[in-house]
Amino acid sequence: MAEAKPIAHEGGEDRRDFIFIAAGAAAAVGVGATAWPFIDQMNPAADTRALSTTEVDLTAIELGQQIKVMWQGKPVFVRHRTANEIATAQRDDYATLKDPQKDAERIVQDDGQPGRAEWLILQANCTHLGCVPTFVEGSSFGGWFCPCHGSDYDTSGRIRRGPAPANLPPAPYVFLTDTSVRIG
Amino acid sequence: MSGPSTYEPKSGFTRWLDKRLPILRLSHDSFVAYPTPRNLNYWWTFGSMLSLCLVVQIVSGVVLAMHYIPHIDFAFDSVQRIKRDVPYGWLIQPMHAVGASMFFLAVYVHMFRGLYYGSYKAPREVLWILGCLIYALMVVTAFLGYSLPWGQMSFWAATVITNILGALPFVGESIQVWIRGGGAIDQATLNRFFSLHYLLPFVIAGVVALHIWALHEVGQNNPTGVEVKSKADTVPFTPHATIKDLFATSLFVILFAVFMFYMPDALGHADNYIRANPLQTPPEIVPEWYLLPFYAVLRAFDFNIGPIDSKLAGVIAMFASIGVLFVLPWLDTSKVRSMRYRPIAQQCFVIFVAVCIGLGFCGGQNPGRILAPATFSATLNWVEGGEVRQEPVSADSDAGYAEAASAAEQALRGQGAALVASSRTGETTGAARGVFGGTARSQSVSAGTMEELDAAIGEAKTAAAASAPYFIVERRVPFTFTVTRLSQLLTAYYFLFFLVILPVLGLIETPRRVPDTIAKPVTGQAAGAS
Repeated sequence: MAEAKPIAHEGGEDRRDFIFIAAGAAAAVGVGATAWPFIDQMNPAADTRALSTTEVDLTAIELGQQIKVMWQGKPVFVRHRTANEIATAQRDDYATLKDPQKDAERIVQDDGQPGRAEWLILQANCTHLGCVPTFVEGSSFGGWFCPCHGSDYDTSGRIRRGPAPANLPPAPYVFLTDTSVRIG
Repeated sequence: MSGPSTYEPKSGFTRWLDKRLPILRLSHDSFVAYPTPRNLNYWWTFGSMLSLCLVVQIVSGVVLAMHYIPHIDFAFDSVQRIKRDVPYGWLIQPMHAVGASMFFLAVYVHMFRGLYYGSYKAPREVLWILGCLIYALMVVTAFLGYSLPWGQMSFWAATVITNILGALPFVGESIQVWIRGGGAIDQATLNRFFSLHYLLPFVIAGVVALHIWALHEVGQNNPTGVEVKSKADTVPFTPHATIKDLFATSLFVILFAVFMFYMPDALGHADNYIRANPLQTPPEIVPEWYLLPFYAVLRAFDFNIGPIDSKLAGVIAMFASIGVLFVLPWLDTSKVRSMRYRPIAQQCFVIFVAVCIGLGFCGGQNPGRILAPATFSATLNWVEGGEVRQEPVSADSDAGYAEAASAAEQALRGQGAALVASSRTGETTGAARGVFGGTARSQSVSAGTMEELDAAIGEAKTAAAASAPYFIVERRVPFTFTVTRLSQLLTAYYFLFFLVILPVLGLIETPRRVPDTIAKPVTGQAAGAS
């Protein structure tokens, strides 16, 4: 009967080290694979993601009025701009802007077609901390004013004064017919 | 610290149990025989109050969960129903809401106590870190709980705080959506906040067990900061500490009861009695009082730091203001534990407490509020009478416009115009106008704020408008000491205290001499002699 000999440790590595590392790696993958479903379940569910478009009938919005609609749980301004507001917005394309953008770029439809100057469709959360600004007739820049920390937006929804870092982002939309748009 | 157990089972049953599960022995050694320093003052009684607070919150919370509905359409009404219709709901709901405030009140005193008497120093680092962890968990739990009544403040606080996470680079937006479970605060958010709000108190209870375990391993610190030297320096936990804690806790419970029975809403915000409305932002969004100092730190950063924008800088500072507590044991270099014997550190500590209260004040104020009176003034120049001439401006390119406009203005001025101005109408086009003839007029206005100044300028313009088409307005804006400036000063001191004052002071400060009666265990000798 052969005597049991300790396995040689030449080079400091042997089969057992490999087994340890392989088992450890397999266990790490197993833990990761088990943890992932419990982490990912917190991401938006399929029905939440399915609510990704909102259709708006424009006939109900008179000139100079705006409505707030909910899109993906967030408010969106749909504003029917007056000729005066459009003129102010276009004139200020060349004013000193914190986040320079031309009015025409802000009404482009989601499919790349140019929009219509009288319809301005913006995501309504202030880019500072997410409050909803109010449209104030005769405010310093003629547009929206955020009551939380005093950010002033112009008639194109561009940031003009206050702590907000960026313009109100346009909501992605397309005209379905002359009198209705789809947001999202 | 505890030494060998002195527990002796008295009856047959306890002897039988002690061989199988020595739980009575553990309780006896932890809460009866446990040696506690003789010289503990009343600042050492807040630990028991905190245990009581945790029990009150868990018991009242479990009861509330039997009646609360975590649904965006029913949550607000279900809380009102608890208060009005559920038997004793009028008692239990305010107990939970006021209890949160009381919990934080006690924890702040407990933390300041640890800071002053150096309870974070070796060998109590792990004890201190576990305490910091409990505090961080309390903050998260309180934030989650505040969103559950689904009032305006609940909704908008949740919106603002999750937006803050969105400021983190690269991963911010994914984390924000992951936490909300959608693009905005909605049903998914409310549901998970409820689940986590129910879970976290039990996690806190677990960490509290570790906190007490660590405490009983290293022993309690005491006001002198000198380790107990012999058994004669200590007394058994029961009855000495037990009765003292009970007395202090009774006073604390009286304060609790005053708020709960007589002013249950005094510590909350009135806007949380308005149902959450995603389309309408309340005029001001503020957290509960116990988180105001951190809100002030967040808002103190209204400037960019290199590549870090103001929003991210505020977020980093807010997290750092809690994070710095975790590394405090390695920041303070002083060999003397208690600030009772550190004359300079003592003064810096008093300022630190005032700074924390000051930050709390700032967090509750409108950041633009001017604290020191300032005078804003402006001079209006205009020409009465006179004739307006307009010249078109056209440039070769977008970049060349400014040059072309100033050349046109110069030309008008050269022709003798008293006032010139230009406005841009397109990429390369604009108009320059000059006023010729007439009489030059000037008027100064002043006001206390920028808004009032603008109003005063508007009035002056209207008064003179009939005769003058153009005005040149020079505004003089003084340095104004606003709430934001104050927050910046206080935030600077907050971090200075931990990152500069404590590390440097420990090396250079000459401590006071510890009295001989403390340095030597005289009570032990006296006891031995008698």
